[in-house]
Amino acid sequence: MPDLRFSTETPTDAEKQAVDEVVALMGPATLHLDERYVVGGRQRADQHRTLLLPALHALQNAAGWVSPGGLDYVCRMLEVPPAEAYGVATFYHLLGQESPEDNDLIHVCDDVACRLFGATELMDDLAAGGHQVKASPCLGQCERGPAVLVQRIGQQDLSVVAATKQNVEAALGAQESAASVILPQQGQEGLPLLGRIGLVDPQSLESYREHGGYRALTTALELGGDRVIEEITTAGLSGRGGAAFPTGIKWRAVADQQGRPRHVVCNADESEPGTFKDRTVMEGDPFALLEAMTIAGVSMGAEQGWIYLRGEYPVAAQRLQGAINQANTAGLLGDDVAGSGHKFTVTLRLGAGAYICGEETALFNSIEGFRGEPRNKPPFPTTHGLFGEPTAINNVETLLNVLPIVRLGGADYAASGTQGSPGTRLFCLSGRVANPGTYEHEFGVTLRQVIEAAGGVADEASIRAVLLGGAAGSFVGPEQLDLPLTLEDTRAAGVSLGSGVVMVFTAQDDLVDTVRRIAQFFRDESCGQCVPCRVGTVRQEEVLVRLGKGKALPTDEALFGDLEMVMKDASICGLGQAAASAVRSAMALGLLEVTQ
Amino acid sequence: MNETPVNAPRPLVSCTIDGQEVRVPEGSTILDACTKEGIDTPTLCWAANLTPVNVCRVCVVEVEGSRILVPSCSRPVEENMVVATDSERVRTSRRMVYELLASSVEMDRSEPEVLAWMEHYGADPDRMGPVGERATVAQPVKVEDDLYVRDYERCILCYKCVEACGDDAQQTFAIATAGRGFDAHISTEFDKTLPDSACVYCGNCIGVCPTGALVFKTEHDMRQEGTWDQASQEVTTTVCSFCGVGCNLELHVQDDRIVKVTSPADHSVTSGHLCIKGRFGWQHAQP
Repeated sequence: MPDLRFSTETPTDAEKQAVDEVVALMGPATLHLDERYVVGGRQRADQHRTLLLPALHALQNAAGWVSPGGLDYVCRMLEVPPAEAYGVATFYHLLGQESPEDNDLIHVCDDVACRLFGATELMDDLAAGGHQVKASPCLGQCERGPAVLVQRIGQQDLSVVAATKQNVEAALGAQESAASVILPQQGQEGLPLLGRIGLVDPQSLESYREHGGYRALTTALELGGDRVIEEITTAGLSGRGGAAFPTGIKWRAVADQQGRPRHVVCNADESEPGTFKDRTVMEGDPFALLEAMTIAGVSMGAEQGWIYLRGEYPVAAQRLQGAINQANTAGLLGDDVAGSGHKFTVTLRLGAGAYICGEETALFNSIEGFRGEPRNKPPFPTTHGLFGEPTAINNVETLLNVLPIVRLGGADYAASGTQGSPGTRLFCLSGRVANPGTYEHEFGVTLRQVIEAAGGVADEASIRAVLLGGAAGSFVGPEQLDLPLTLEDTRAAGVSLGSGVVMVFTAQDDLVDTVRRIAQFFRDESCGQCVPCRVGTVRQEEVLVRLGKGKALPTDEALFGDLEMVMKDASICGLGQAAASAVRSAMALGLLEVTQ
Repeated sequence: MNETPVNAPRPLVSCTIDGQEVRVPEGSTILDACTKEGIDTPTLCWAANLTPVNVCRVCVVEVEGSRILVPSCSRPVEENMVVATDSERVRTSRRMVYELLASSVEMDRSEPEVLAWMEHYGADPDRMGPVGERATVAQPVKVEDDLYVRDYERCILCYKCVEACGDDAQQTFAIATAGRGFDAHISTEFDKTLPDSACVYCGNCIGVCPTGALVFKTEHDMRQEGTWDQASQEVTTTVCSFCGVGCNLELHVQDDRIVKVTSPADHSVTSGHLCIKGRFGWQHAQP
């Protein structure tokens, strides 16, 4: 690295202090002026780059935006070229680019679920009340919308649910979010993943242990890594983030790598519109996730664990960090995990508002301090993952399944669910159901049963469509309510379970508007790297806007077909590849017929 | 004493491209194999002297067994790979990439081969929506100094300038991609002007720009005056006399005046890149 050119802008004391606290985690990249040429070289700056996003978060919290003086100070401390750091800062929704007008910035979710429940009106109310308001993509609180996230200068972020002007204003003065987990199935027997939530104190390791916590780790250490991976393979566990890749194969591939260090990354960047299951677990039972990650780490010989949590979950962040601290103190993480001689640490990283960072390779880039742009695959994460090193990256729910598998054994675990889809699955029920929330069901349950378990819909005949699997999933019509929810049945029906979203729409809902909002979501969330997605998602939204206005062109249908094809075939990552899926399914169901 | 490094011979891998068996050294890309076989492949973000970023997706080909098309510029050939470069899927994607770009960006000053490929695939940007209603990157041209002009309504975001400014050539890191999605753009920090940025005016970003978004001020001014006439320009190759490195220069001369300086991309000393002296220090040679 040559001499970097910095500016003459200076940080405020608050900014400097906030950045210093982050940099202190590793020490500054440059200890002495000459050192980078002599001792540390590029290496130290490369290692420090991973602190870039945490440092930008610190600036945002200290000043309400990433100011020129603040950014320059971060660049000096971490030896990052200012243009690159600016490129990273402007990539994220939650990092401000202009000096704030107010202490509080209120993000109001106006995404598919919340807009059914008055999000747009709430935004107008708050703006009329003189607040600084910004529309936000899905905040992952769909079971209790409209949802609000407040960023405050010098204070913790706040999450407000079932938001009204009154309760948002009342919350602004609070220390922290009023946290509550809604679990309609609470107390129900036989829920391997959700069973403890609501009963266990999520802030107490002791309470977790009283409810059977850390017994699976003891068993896993007795069994040994190879046997644990074998049981997971026998159990037929597949990824719950959307792609359904067999977990056993992934773990085996990482365990067989020669390279070190190896990483276990938990993908907790749950940003798929309509999805909130992982949040429920992280808020209600954070130690379970840590225990599962620890089992993953010791079984694959990985020493470094990372949780990449979306930045919009302040309660989950606080619970997870508290759990990590307690586990460290109790010797359940660290140099000698539970006296086994294995080393495993867990670092919590917060995203800053970018759906694309849930794509695994974009997530790695984000942790490493680069723009969250997906990498081309191959090579795959098992060989070239985080920092280019072997990495097993799993969704929160996938990892949670490790606990019952270790406890029961792979074969017994596989006895539930169906042959092709063993085990249970978390579903995110929202929209027009009586009791929205996170539900756990065995695979094979039908769509109708899932909706009925959530209290059903007031008038079943009024169901027009169900969004299955999230914005990257597809709409299904009422005639498909008896579809068994398994990987094999949904695949055969040409749909996907995705991240477990079941969002119900009835005759009262404007589906043209919903579908247009989905198209807007992909336009807003495209990273902008590849042409098919960067421009294709814009053209797709334009087609839908024309359609909504009753001004569709005769060529639009053919155009949409070509857009769908190029995005699916030639985009770098899954975002572009799935961007037309929900729109196409809505067209096929006739949901976009506009009567003028 | 000069030492010439001798690379150990690489084993060959064989693949099938459009029905023809091709054998190439291990590690070669599909694009290398296509070139060897004489199959022309369109590219925008790829250049011989830069690391492939595979973002434009115009070089995609169909590989048997792959769910989606793959970028030929960066995917290494694997043993027994079966590649199709002119299937219906490939043609649709390539045409769409050109249409998506041309419907949002001014492409008329692109390299001649870009325009030829657009015609080859029958790209019709106007079916992307009515002019005036469809989003574009239209914006005023940036003229901030006597050497460079940045006309970002011609930018297709191929990342070549960022790579040339960064670790593929100049190691200056004055520009990077900022923003996201359709708003993504090439920028200095806080959109500072170039003289205020880390820019050292090597001109290597202009050297790699395929669409005329980055041009030398001389070219920009002559285009404004209507005197730019590429067809009448003569190119003379010489060696830069400023230092002892020995960079090859190509002087583009119109009406006995130097209007632009480049360096051949395949030159062993420069790989097409120069410094401010070679690129701009020619005023003393003007009559």
